Amino acid sequence: MSMTVRAWLIDDSPSSRLQARLGRAWRICAALMRNPLAVAGAVIILTLVLTAIFAPLIATHDPLKQDLAQRLLPPGAMNWMGTDELGRDIWSRVVHGAHITLVIVVMVAVLAAPAGLVLGAVAGYFGGWTDRIIMGVTDIFLSLPKLILALALVAALGPGIENAVIAIAITTWPAYARIARAETLTFKNSEFIAAIRLQGASAARVILGHVLPLCTSSMIIRVTLDMAGIILTAAGLGFLGLGAQPPLPEWGAMIARGRTFILDQWWVATMPGFAIVIVSLGFCFLGDGLRDVLDPKSGGQQ
Amino acid sequence: MTALSLKDLSISYGDTRITHGVNIDIAEGESFALVGESGSGKSTVLKAIAGLAPQWTGSISAFGKPRSHGIDGHFARACQMVFQDPYGSLHPRKTVDATLTEPLAIHGVGDRNARVETAMTSVGLDRKFRFRFPHQLSGGQRQRVAIARALVLQPRILLLDEPTSALDVSVQAEILNLLKRLRREQNLTFLMVTHNLPVVSFLCDRVAVMRHGRIVEIADVAALKKGELQAPYSRELIELSADHAD
Amino acid sequence: MSKPLLEIENLRVTFPTPRGDLDVVRGISFALGRERLGIVGESGSGKSMTGRSILKLIRAPGRVSADRLSFDGIDLLSRSERQMRAIRGARISMVMQDPKFSLNPVMTIGEQIAEALLTHKRLPRREVSQRVLAMLESVRIADSERVAKLYPHEVSGGMGQRVMIAMMLIPEPDLLIADEPTSALDVSVQGQVLDIIDEQIRRKGMGLIFISHDLNLVSSYCDRILVMNTGEIVEECRAGELHNATHPYTRGLIASIPRLDENRDELPVLDRSAWAAK
Repeated sequence: MSMTVRAWLIDDSPSSRLQARLGRAWRICAALMRNPLAVAGAVIILTLVLTAIFAPLIATHDPLKQDLAQRLLPPGAMNWMGTDELGRDIWSRVVHGAHITLVIVVMVAVLAAPAGLVLGAVAGYFGGWTDRIIMGVTDIFLSLPKLILALALVAALGPGIENAVIAIAITTWPAYARIARAETLTFKNSEFIAAIRLQGASAARVILGHVLPLCTSSMIIRVTLDMAGIILTAAGLGFLGLGAQPPLPEWGAMIARGRTFILDQWWVATMPGFAIVIVSLGFCFLGDGLRDVLDPKSGGQQ
Repeated sequence: MTALSLKDLSISYGDTRITHGVNIDIAEGESFALVGESGSGKSTVLKAIAGLAPQWTGSISAFGKPRSHGIDGHFARACQMVFQDPYGSLHPRKTVDATLTEPLAIHGVGDRNARVETAMTSVGLDRKFRFRFPHQLSGGQRQRVAIARALVLQPRILLLDEPTSALDVSVQAEILNLLKRLRREQNLTFLMVTHNLPVVSFLCDRVAVMRHGRIVEIADVAALKKGELQAPYSRELIELSADHAD
Repeated sequence: MSKPLLEIENLRVTFPTPRGDLDVVRGISFALGRERLGIVGESGSGKSMTGRSILKLIRAPGRVSADRLSFDGIDLLSRSERQMRAIRGARISMVMQDPKFSLNPVMTIGEQIAEALLTHKRLPRREVSQRVLAMLESVRIADSERVAKLYPHEVSGGMGQRVMIAMMLIPEPDLLIADEPTSALDVSVQGQVLDIIDEQIRRKGMGLIFISHDLNLVSSYCDRILVMNTGEIVEECRAGELHNATHPYTRGLIASIPRLDENRDELPVLDRSAWAAK
């Protein structure tokens, strides 16, 4: 049965739109699976997602329950990663923190990427003053250091996860706009765009139906690689007390709290640190693997 | 009836003048060739007619109706274009089906499924190619898709920009035969830009020679076949073309 | 033909693909003296791969194998990469199709030609620039001093191709491989470039392999022709005898090209089933 599904997917002459699209998606996945690092990255991300979903089942304790009698215990049988200064189990906090990290990363991507994509494509397609104005605004945002800008925004909006997400999204969209604009410029004058314009397509149809689909590969790659940076920025905000507020188990905030005991009770700060490193690496590996497969310039298939 | 009429057409790109006062009248059902070397302005004339080179003075009319300078939806139904590069003229992420359906969707034409099938059959494309992506097609097949796309709106004038120069020799013959047949079947008017004189001999009725943006000569293809063009530049082009042949 | 310059026996070029190994050149054999040999074929025929494999320019995962690949008595198959570098340019040179892509856009023309010379000879600076200017003039670039200071994007296609020829011939090789040298040029400029190649070859008694898809061009320019199709040589004849070609592919190809005095209603189309690839 699985043989025929596979044969259906790689059929050279698909008989429906759906089959053609699924076939293409399959080929991309197959190519990705040939890269061991990409597979490792995908596994890590998958683990992250599953951990976030099944947190209540995987955690051994209540992440918010304090037990001052058990504070600052080293990793052991009862507490796999030890306990923090309020006696809370670190393993459970890290596991529940996965959910928070995932939410931040996905929300930022969902907010920043489409906005940047559309603005960049519009700027690239129309050129002239539209281009100059949009790129001018982009340049202003790009000229401010990301963390400082995020700090300023959070300070203005107030601390909390939602505001942290908004702040990080605002610092991230300009880079996507630039990428989309650069991609658009490379094929703005190509014959297939001329052909569809010649058939009477409006600018909206050309941009949404023809330009954007060609920018998605670069965007996917860039967004995936950026996820590591987003996690670190969120952790940085959390570290400074501006992201998730206590007692939420956000990894950055946990590192901040553990800093004071780093020499004697190293596990309080380093356990969430490991989590950040592993997840960031996972996104980087996956992003690199996607680039090898999707990027037309580095010899990708489609 | 005059299908396409260019009067005093002077096209510019920014500050550079590309053509100077081009005058051509093409009758309905005629196949007209525009030949010249690169830089002669021949492709620019096609672009201006299509609406892709909006900076021009003079007039361009199709079936008596003058057109505006930019892209014109109505004009799109009367006049379509086949581009030179089969690798660049199809959107890499769209299946053949999507490419052929889109013009119908833009103009609100119904019965799309049947029309796509008819278009594919008329250019000799088997239905198994319908949901393939361009990179899964050969050069000749892609050019057939490009021709089908141009014809799916049933235009009466077809602009052809070097339609076979990017194709292998053996495929070129197939596409030339196809174009000749389609013209006969659908009573199309052709305006073809090319640098290849033998192709003109095969496919066209009249030919205009362009050089540095001006028309040097307009003649019947019968004269071209005998090598009897008048202007010295035209004769030079024939010489060079003949040098090529054994 | 005196002692052959190049001898190739059973050359095979293979590329691995997701569907198994693909042979793009399938065991071809030919020899070349100090003459002009044309290799004609369409895309996918293997003609360019043949040219590149002579210079061992095919990199992994492509594989080249042959029973014999010898140039002027030197066995190219066993040469290491370092030894090949001494041969490329100095003994065998290659001119490619589009100067837009084959010239370095960030070096001036003079610098590139000088580099081609200096890679193989050590010469004092003044002599190098004299030789560069002399070379530019020999490819009929009159304003050699001015042109030497220009960048490739500042000159026309025809001139770029002449620069390419100058660059490839300045180290005075014995064999020139020209891979579609005029396909990207206008008809009027093609003739000039071909004349220049001809002049240079005659002057130095070089051998020439002219790779092209243009059957008519090759038959008028070369002494001998090889016709390739899907990796094999299907026809080998002297240039003047092309109309007596025997293989159906060659005959089909010749018949399908339109002529200036064309009066056929339909062009004959190649029936590929006659020699369908395995």
